[in-house]
Amino acid sequence: LPSVRSTVAGAQAPDKLTSYEHASTYNNFYEFGTDKSDPAAYAKTLKPRPWTVSVEGLVNKPRTFGIDDLMKLSPMEERVYRLRCVEGWSMVIPWVGFSLAELIRQVEPQGSAKYVEFVTLADRNTMPGVTSNVLLWPYVEGLRMDEARHPLTLLAFGMYGEVLPNQNGAPVRLVVPWKYGFKSGKSLVKIRFVEKEPKTAWNIAAPQEYGFYSNVNPDVPHPRWSQATERRIGDEGGLLAKRRKTERFNGYEAQVGSMYAGMDLKKFY
Amino acid sequence: MRWLGHPAVKPVVFVLWLLPAAWLVWAAFNDRLGANPAEALIRSLGDWSLRALVLVLLVTPLRVGMGWPQLARLRRMLGLFVFFYASLHWLAYAWFDMGFVWRDIVADVPKRPFILVGTLGWLLLLVLAATSFNRAIRWLGAARWQALHRSVYAVAALAVLHFFWMRAGKQDFAEVAVYAAILGGLLGWRLWRWLKRPMRNGAVGMVSARDR
Repeated sequence: LPSVRSTVAGAQAPDKLTSYEHASTYNNFYEFGTDKSDPAAYAKTLKPRPWTVSVEGLVNKPRTFGIDDLMKLSPMEERVYRLRCVEGWSMVIPWVGFSLAELIRQVEPQGSAKYVEFVTLADRNTMPGVTSNVLLWPYVEGLRMDEARHPLTLLAFGMYGEVLPNQNGAPVRLVVPWKYGFKSGKSLVKIRFVEKEPKTAWNIAAPQEYGFYSNVNPDVPHPRWSQATERRIGDEGGLLAKRRKTERFNGYEAQVGSMYAGMDLKKFY
Repeated sequence: MRWLGHPAVKPVVFVLWLLPAAWLVWAAFNDRLGANPAEALIRSLGDWSLRALVLVLLVTPLRVGMGWPQLARLRRMLGLFVFFYASLHWLAYAWFDMGFVWRDIVADVPKRPFILVGTLGWLLLLVLAATSFNRAIRWLGAARWQALHRSVYAVAALAVLHFFWMRAGKQDFAEVAVYAAILGGLLGWRLWRWLKRPMRNGAVGMVSARDR
């Protein structure tokens, strides 16, 4: 998947890349099962083509994009982002895609649109995990409008120079690098502009544990574990590798911190 | 099932029960534990602790229900394997997850009550392992020793709670339910036998005192 190096501020993390092997075999994608190895084992059934993404809600130009048209919307950029999972591990992944802002501009949101809701595929025929009641399907995530428009918020179609493997959210997913990984929906089918804060899958499942914002924050522990440190997948030393200190906003505070000025991040976790 | 009495059975079972630990050590040193080796190791050791617990609690039902008295002589060794895997499980957590930083461990435990529950279960196992040899039975007296060692039932309950709580965040209880059903069945069988025990001459619990 051809791309140019992104010049967006913060889009070239200096960290060592996680191996493709680890990034494509250690995944949370509950539609294919809750074990980290399940997505790589079972996502072969997902059909990333043909695929449409419907963009709707409070916009002047609602539109259903075929995946190939969507990919031509803006030039592909390569962006190296840190990915911090809420479970306490992290990776560094070179994604290929463009800012979600490019798509938002095309559909012209109305003034009343305050949030964006992302709906992902829930297909019982191809996704064995959807028959379980671990979460409410389809998996829904959301962002505030300014977050969705932030240049770092990426609509990704590929990684490591290639199209996304199914288990990583083919054919199109979101990547929001300063939030815990679950905020970045995989295999998107619907993007909806709404007035009220969307009810997101994990927030419905465990509201006291997973807030709407879910910004990476070492000072706000998960109710059942600390978020002060993380294990970087593939770090030298394997078993004996030391955990790293987690950074506020996953190290993207310079780029995104101003959006949360004055907000009590302990309350809006 | 006469072969169960063969002298080779015990050493064979001993070696078999060492294999999972041996495989995990080999895999750890040869980068075969996947992307997150610490997590894989800690969880595998937890799984094997549970399996060892299931096996040791199977001894009496099989011995009594199937009429395989030869199993009795395996029970202590199987019990010590529960302690062995639970100890490795706890050690792996303290070492590979917490880097043996005790201050962090002390801070981590109240945040993660499931670890407290697991630790409690392990401490009980420590007491049982420490009183597992013949002289301890003589010191304590058979009745007291047996009462003490019934706390393995509490270990089973704590282990299931520990596992349940660990998975609660993912709301993924399928595997927990399997272990809970098996362990529940094994404890239920004992309860059923205890309720059905003959009550002659006020000798309460004669049978259950003999066949734990």
